[in-house]
Amino acid sequence: MEMPRPDATIIARKARVVSRLRAALPDATVIDDVHETRAYECDALTAYKCPPLAVTLPASTEEVSTILRICHEEGVPVVPRGSGTSLAGGALPTADSIVLGVSRMAEVLEVDYDDRLIRVQTGRTNLSVTGAVEEDGFFYAPDPSSQLACAIAGNIAMNSGGAHCLKYGVTTNNLLGVTIVLMNGEVVEIGGGYMDAGGLDLLGVICGSEGQLGVVTEATLRILPKPEGARPVLMGFDDNAVAGACVSDIIKAGVLPVAIEFMDRPCIEATEAFAHAGYPMCEALLIVEVEGSDAEIDHQLALITEIARRHNPVELRESTSAEESAAIWLGRKSAFGAMGQINDYMCLDGTIPVTELPMVLRRIGEMSEDYGLKVGNVFHAGDGNMHPLILFDANKPGDLEKCEAFGADILRLCVEAGGCLTGEHGVGIEKRDLMHEQYRPDDLEAQLAVKDVFDPAWLLNPAKVFPLDVTETRRGRSGPVAA
Amino acid sequence: MSVTSESELADVIRSAHGPLSVRGGNTRGMAGPGDALSVAGLSGISLYDPGALTLVAQAGTPLAEVEAALAAEGQRLAFEPMDHRSLLDTSGEPTIGGVFAANVSGPRRLSVGAARDFLLGVRFVDGAGRVVKNGGRVMKNVTGYDLVKLMAGSCGSLGVLTEVSLKVLPVPETSATLCLSGLDDRAAVAAMAHAMRSPFEITGAAHDPAERTTLLRLEGFETSVRYRLEQLRSLLALSGAEIGLLEADASEDAWQAQRDVTAFQQGEGDIWRLHCRPSQAPEIVARAEAKSHIYDWAGGLIWLRMSTGVDLRTRLGRYDGHATLVRASAETRQSLARQQPEPPAVARLTDGLRAQFDPRGILNGTLEEAA
Repeated sequence: MEMPRPDATIIARKARVVSRLRAALPDATVIDDVHETRAYECDALTAYKCPPLAVTLPASTEEVSTILRICHEEGVPVVPRGSGTSLAGGALPTADSIVLGVSRMAEVLEVDYDDRLIRVQTGRTNLSVTGAVEEDGFFYAPDPSSQLACAIAGNIAMNSGGAHCLKYGVTTNNLLGVTIVLMNGEVVEIGGGYMDAGGLDLLGVICGSEGQLGVVTEATLRILPKPEGARPVLMGFDDNAVAGACVSDIIKAGVLPVAIEFMDRPCIEATEAFAHAGYPMCEALLIVEVEGSDAEIDHQLALITEIARRHNPVELRESTSAEESAAIWLGRKSAFGAMGQINDYMCLDGTIPVTELPMVLRRIGEMSEDYGLKVGNVFHAGDGNMHPLILFDANKPGDLEKCEAFGADILRLCVEAGGCLTGEHGVGIEKRDLMHEQYRPDDLEAQLAVKDVFDPAWLLNPAKVFPLDVTETRRGRSGPVAA
Repeated sequence: MSVTSESELADVIRSAHGPLSVRGGNTRGMAGPGDALSVAGLSGISLYDPGALTLVAQAGTPLAEVEAALAAEGQRLAFEPMDHRSLLDTSGEPTIGGVFAANVSGPRRLSVGAARDFLLGVRFVDGAGRVVKNGGRVMKNVTGYDLVKLMAGSCGSLGVLTEVSLKVLPVPETSATLCLSGLDDRAAVAAMAHAMRSPFEITGAAHDPAERTTLLRLEGFETSVRYRLEQLRSLLALSGAEIGLLEADASEDAWQAQRDVTAFQQGEGDIWRLHCRPSQAPEIVARAEAKSHIYDWAGGLIWLRMSTGVDLRTRLGRYDGHATLVRASAETRQSLARQQPEPPAVARLTDGLRAQFDPRGILNGTLEEAA
């Protein structure tokens, strides 16, 4: 993985840039001590690290605007950061960049149950958005697995999903409006407390733009009343293809489960050894969860188990209580930790059409043998979002590179199967150089054209998302405005 | 002029010397000025995978053909796109591309999302004649920028859709509608908000002030719908309204009329469509002094019939939302813009994007929104 060579002329101007920021902002906002900036040298993709020139932690939209305006005038790249939980390196700095973290901006600005919305500052964590409304029976639907730590700013940047997307959609489907600060410092309001902002769908293109179009400081989010209850059923099959067919049949039967989770044998084995959830040893395990009143849940689970029985499951375990539900979810929720006990792992999130599941799993198994690296698969089967966990040894020379090559092959396979490189983690630096696999030059050019409009100088998170060769002529094309 | 392939369309756009008036079925009003260019010839469903809830079709495929294919598998377009023909007095065959180009959503938008939320992937030809692909045919996809959303509702001003890939959903076993009678605007909007705060998954909430009827739709399995109907009845007993029930067929008819705004089909005046915060709807209506009005989306959408030529936007001043002039005389059109004018900062971004995707400005205003 290459990052562009930092601009030495910017690094040489560090003192000037920092003093301009200091002069315009409250004391605690700017951090340039080399020991302190190290805390911001990477995100959750820890294989890559680089301390930034400096870090800024603004407390308001106005301060964000000030920081961006100064960096724009100085021609300094800015790397926006939520909570730093990106698995794709979305918040990885370069040595010539200023990190702009929104973590100090975590206020709830408004809650309106009649209009079913909440307005927050985007440094607020995903789970604490739900936390602000759950006593009154509401929740915020997107639930990425890092929801305890991840910020709404990062959720918007990556268009984060979660396990319940089949029914509730991802971030973009739950976002009503934003306050966004452009690279030149301009503050723009888009959308609001109503459905469907008029004109071009700028909100739609901002969501998922990985911090390259602007810094979103406030967001209006849709909240929903909590369902009366939810309960899962667990089923085991002795063949991946049969489990895949069962998922298709459930979907075709008109049941809309809130989650369908899939685990393959390597993952089941690791999980059992770690969490002792009492899962059956089989080739494929499905956890299907439905919502509603007790009677509604019973009815849906009856339909689902009837379909499952037609596929000769080796195990069928319907939850009838909160304790049984927790037992069913226990293994799935500890899957990542279980794999982590065995070795270092890399987690991908390529997405495929659900119906291609058996073929893709077979091919991943073959590749696993070729590379000599073990892989376990956890999968949001309802929406085709795979999570292959490739095990490797970070201390063994060459293992990381081998793991990355294996990962790249899996993602190529996802694209070939009619899917995509990333379903919810984002491109970041991790999948940046694979973009050619999914998009032709004109397809990429159309995306670059959008950034040209929002950030003509290409200063916001410039070395991400797109292959470096494609963006080379755009990055660093403007020197400092005020010399 | 009509085209039957994407490459032919690209050639036509590249060699165009002036504005092109691009149309699919031309049913959603006002194809813009310029040489007529029909994409209805780009037709056919190329992939339908019911087990993956996805369908891919050429943009000119008749909407009816898509709906028939889905119905055969017990599935549907959940966002319930409106048919504009009765309201706008147009004829012709609505196309699936037109639905997404204008981001047309009906009453169920309230609970399931808009057309744009169901669009998974696009192919289009931009104003320079470049063929661009974005998104795909999977439900979760964050690979690069989401130009799919940008294209949805752009009314052909950034490019001409050639292929759309969409998410579909199963048709529920049954539906039924609670019908509250006698509520005034404020009480009706409050009752709808009360119902929407419940866990009973309302998929339509509308109020017709002329009839003083408020509709609340439930869909799902028979036993579930019965259960939720009873729960809602007791929840809304305090509203003081008389509560009746529309069963499957009557329920469907009522929502089709709501979707297509058939109440406004006849008669004089300009027709406006206004998006706002549901709780502010009655107050906005009071200021509008409309000849008549209808609420949808629990109050989040208001259809208004205004006296000819009245500028609703000026009358309302500032509020959280926007208004579109959907139907108006040619004379009114001279003085009033279709779309709510944008704040300068947003307009600069919009203009910048148009200049990137259609540098010669030949697609501007061609497939204008009527939604």
